[in-house]
Amino acid sequence: MRQLLLFISIIFVGILFIARLFFLQVYQDNSNNLYEDNAIRKVFDYPKRGFVYDRNGKLLVSNQPSYDVMVIPREVKALDTLEFCSLLKIDKEQFIKTYNKAYKYSPRLPYVFLPQLSKEDYAVLQEKMRKFEGFYIQKRSLRNYETTIGANVLGDIGEVNQRIMNKNPYYKMGDLIGMQGIEASYEKTLRGVKGIKFIQKDRFNRNIGPYKKGKFDTLPESGKDIKTTIDATLQAYGEILMTNKRGGIIAIEPSTGEILSMVAAPTYNPNLLVGRERSKNFNKLIRDSIAKPLFNRSIQGVYEPGSPFKLMNALVALQEGVISTDEKVTCYAGYKYGNRFMKCHCRSGTRNDMVHGIQESCNAYFATVYRRILDKPENASLGINIWSDHVKSFGLGNFLNNDLYVGQKGRIPNRDYYKGIYPKTFYSTYTISNAIGQGEVATTPIQLANMIAAIANRGYYFTPHIIKEIKDETLDPNFTIPKYTTIDKQHFEPVIEGMLSVYKHGTASHLQVPGIDICGKTGTVENFVKMDSTRVQLTDHSIFVAFAPKNDPKIAIAVFVENGYWGGRFAGRIASLMIEKYIKGEVTRTDLENWILSHSLEDEYAKPYSGEPFKINGETKLQVIPIEEANKLRTKLNKLEI
Amino acid sequence: MFRQTDRHFKFDWVTIILFLILVVFGWMNILSASHTGTTINYLDISQPYGKQLMFIGLTLLLIIFILSIDAKFYERFSSLIFIVSMLSLVGLFLFGKNVNGATSWYGIGGMTIQPSEFAKAATALAAAKYISDLNTDIRTFKDQIRTFIIIIIPAFLILLQNDAGSTLVYASFFFVLYREGLPKIYLTLALALVAISILALKFGPIITSVFAILFIVTNYFIQKKKPVVLQPILTALACIVIAFGIKFFYQNILQPHQQDRISLWLRLEKDPQKVAEMRRDILYNLYESEKAISSGGFSGRGFLEGTRTTGKFVPEQHTDYIFSTVGEEWGFLGSMFVVIIFVLLMLRVLKLAELQKSQFSRVYGYSVASILFFHFMINIGMVMGLIPTIGIPLPFFSYGGSGLWGFTILLFIFIKLDSNRINEW
Repeated sequence: MRQLLLFISIIFVGILFIARLFFLQVYQDNSNNLYEDNAIRKVFDYPKRGFVYDRNGKLLVSNQPSYDVMVIPREVKALDTLEFCSLLKIDKEQFIKTYNKAYKYSPRLPYVFLPQLSKEDYAVLQEKMRKFEGFYIQKRSLRNYETTIGANVLGDIGEVNQRIMNKNPYYKMGDLIGMQGIEASYEKTLRGVKGIKFIQKDRFNRNIGPYKKGKFDTLPESGKDIKTTIDATLQAYGEILMTNKRGGIIAIEPSTGEILSMVAAPTYNPNLLVGRERSKNFNKLIRDSIAKPLFNRSIQGVYEPGSPFKLMNALVALQEGVISTDEKVTCYAGYKYGNRFMKCHCRSGTRNDMVHGIQESCNAYFATVYRRILDKPENASLGINIWSDHVKSFGLGNFLNNDLYVGQKGRIPNRDYYKGIYPKTFYSTYTISNAIGQGEVATTPIQLANMIAAIANRGYYFTPHIIKEIKDETLDPNFTIPKYTTIDKQHFEPVIEGMLSVYKHGTASHLQVPGIDICGKTGTVENFVKMDSTRVQLTDHSIFVAFAPKNDPKIAIAVFVENGYWGGRFAGRIASLMIEKYIKGEVTRTDLENWILSHSLEDEYAKPYSGEPFKINGETKLQVIPIEEANKLRTKLNKLEI
Repeated sequence: MFRQTDRHFKFDWVTIILFLILVVFGWMNILSASHTGTTINYLDISQPYGKQLMFIGLTLLLIIFILSIDAKFYERFSSLIFIVSMLSLVGLFLFGKNVNGATSWYGIGGMTIQPSEFAKAATALAAAKYISDLNTDIRTFKDQIRTFIIIIIPAFLILLQNDAGSTLVYASFFFVLYREGLPKIYLTLALALVAISILALKFGPIITSVFAILFIVTNYFIQKKKPVVLQPILTALACIVIAFGIKFFYQNILQPHQQDRISLWLRLEKDPQKVAEMRRDILYNLYESEKAISSGGFSGRGFLEGTRTTGKFVPEQHTDYIFSTVGEEWGFLGSMFVVIIFVLLMLRVLKLAELQKSQFSRVYGYSVASILFFHFMINIGMVMGLIPTIGIPLPFFSYGGSGLWGFTILLFIFIKLDSNRINEW
């Protein structure tokens, strides 16, 4: 028995050690990941971020160097603080505060002492830098916007936050990432791939050489330049026209789906979001909860489409064969259904065929048409689903799946949607407001523009997109393969004829542009909002959709002006001007231009917030801006021509 | 003549192969832990791996020398060897060189020699000689005391050199004495002492005393053949004295760094901030070594691939903390391999010791196994954070000429004795 004591002890200790090893090396979570190894320093080599051009090759976004003053507290030697502070334009208190912060962070590691020096300060400081041991200047690359336009299109870049880093381990503390617009949706293309060097550290955090002779190091891959579909001149023109208004303009080239301009008003100068003032400016913009400059109304604004939606109903009716183009519908200054009445501005007894129905935007005509669509099958439940599918084939009621960073689905109801309100019986009259683009239908301006592009193409569209060209890359086939609607080609001509006569004889006859056959449709949308939990009606929104020329369409456009009284007043004028500007390169209807430049809706927007009683829909005087202001805008416009 | 040639092949090759595996694998890990640049010059004497290679070369000569001497020499001259060895320890007080607070080295030219590494083998020889003497009976108190004196002399001399770790190794002779018939009461006393010490430090001497008294009283009433009442009373008193004595020893005699080590091990300090501070200060090595072992994972990072090893995150990694290199670069598989090789080596020596016909060889073999076991247990236990930090080398593995030679002499004298087994009658 005495022999066993040592024997058992040896076996016991051996097993104990193996168990402990198992606990330390297998059971405990430990990874061999180089990136998480704190014995290895990772040094990133940032590539140049790609430039952004407009469709004609005009440079919109480039890079600019920025200089950060860095400090390694341990290496700081006695220095002339006064001189240093005056060079950096800071006071001594701030110097001491920042230095202590840096020391607390780590005495051995570099810390950003003062971010983003101006070029001038840098030039002065650089000469004297050697006098201040422990401090050095680190170059960083920032965005440089060559224009003041397209803030909503171009977007901006900012430092990644914890959430982004958790989601995508590529990003490390301090990295920049596209936050909005193209910068966000083409982040991967623009940023390139950063290079990495692995450096072996010792226990004092000093570098002792490349890890494995640099076997795992990678070189940075520079970001690719991209060409967008935006026409910088048209974009700038649209932004000037939209000054003092809120809303959006979307112009699309129907034959390709390329977005020519995407104006959101109000807008801001993209350079505000670059450099030292970025966070201050960003806060200002995001806290403006009334004008919402960061809200891209042309793609995020969901509104009832109003009269332009009548075009949709006309097309569905023809496809379903519930009306012929010649059939006339009598309007009794409105449409009576059951014991209710939908008003119309036609004289009572007017008999409209399709072209005139569109031209005069007759509510009675489209109410009739809409009911016939829904009632064609045995019940309206089936009917509304058929209707809904046709409408959705134009890209309405769903995300467009394009390369814009934000978007909205809008809403095209079907029977399921109404299940909550009308669980059992369902008649076509229940949803009659859909006939005239009010009620439950809702769209974004870009969806409306796309719908017009599909009409202009007589039956198909290309998903609207903002990318024109990336070097050495082919575009996403989603953007180059046409998407067909469920409406046959021949049914488009009568509708287009109606749209043409809107300009020739109808609600937009005063907006004609000599030499261009424009097909359009006005829209006036009743505007109810909830204020202090009561439903209040505000001034109607002004909507206009159009494409031109009639044969061989070059531009399809949707303009939306909040509280713009009626379709032809603001939106129609802007649409005509944009079309003329794009097709002819210059504007002959300077009367329209002057009117738009000199009129403002700011007073209109201030109404609900003024606290005083107010009147709506044209019962107030239109606001005219002072002549000097208008002249300023005019000068800006003239500069565009060159 | 015939016997003369045959003798060379009677060495226990299993032990020799296990020894060689440990030395070679140990050197590979020293290379990992000590190489600095990208180019490795194996013969670079200025680097630990180069020096160790030289030590290994000299070790081979040493082995041949040990094996060629007649086996009887070791028994016959064991007393002389012991005396010379003890004198070398005493000499340290006059000529010793102070390294890291311990006066354990002689400086000869550019080299240093640590006599305490050789004293283990000398003490084992002396103890074996004394115990195997026909006149010695370990069961008698007189001979127990004499044996203890042989063991305590080197232990005491080494303790005076401020090398507490190496002193502790002499406790391993307890296994030897127990095997040779030391009464069971010593084992009971040793276990009781350890238990009371830990309890007294952890829960305080009063609770420990109460607990001990309760235990003794219960024990007294359970026993059928009741001893005199005085015996349990004396035992209880002894327990109380020990409990308070340990507390006093811990608080007033131990140095602060030793207190901290024990305090962390038994988790005596409750203030988390102070614990963190202690960890940073004195447990830095342990923290880094555990981390290095842990980062090895199942299969390790590979030879010369350990980032924490290359970055020299673990101080003294090529000496006492060499096992953390194994952990990082060879992972669970490699570490387990080393543990198993050590266990096999110790069991092999143990088995051979039991087979010896002469008591001298048996006691010596047992001493070899016990000493190796203590080093193995304390060193690897420390590197993995199982026991408080005690700085002693891992046999055959850690960097250092004296250590390597000391263990080689220890082991190969036994191999020589074992090969002579057939001649013993």
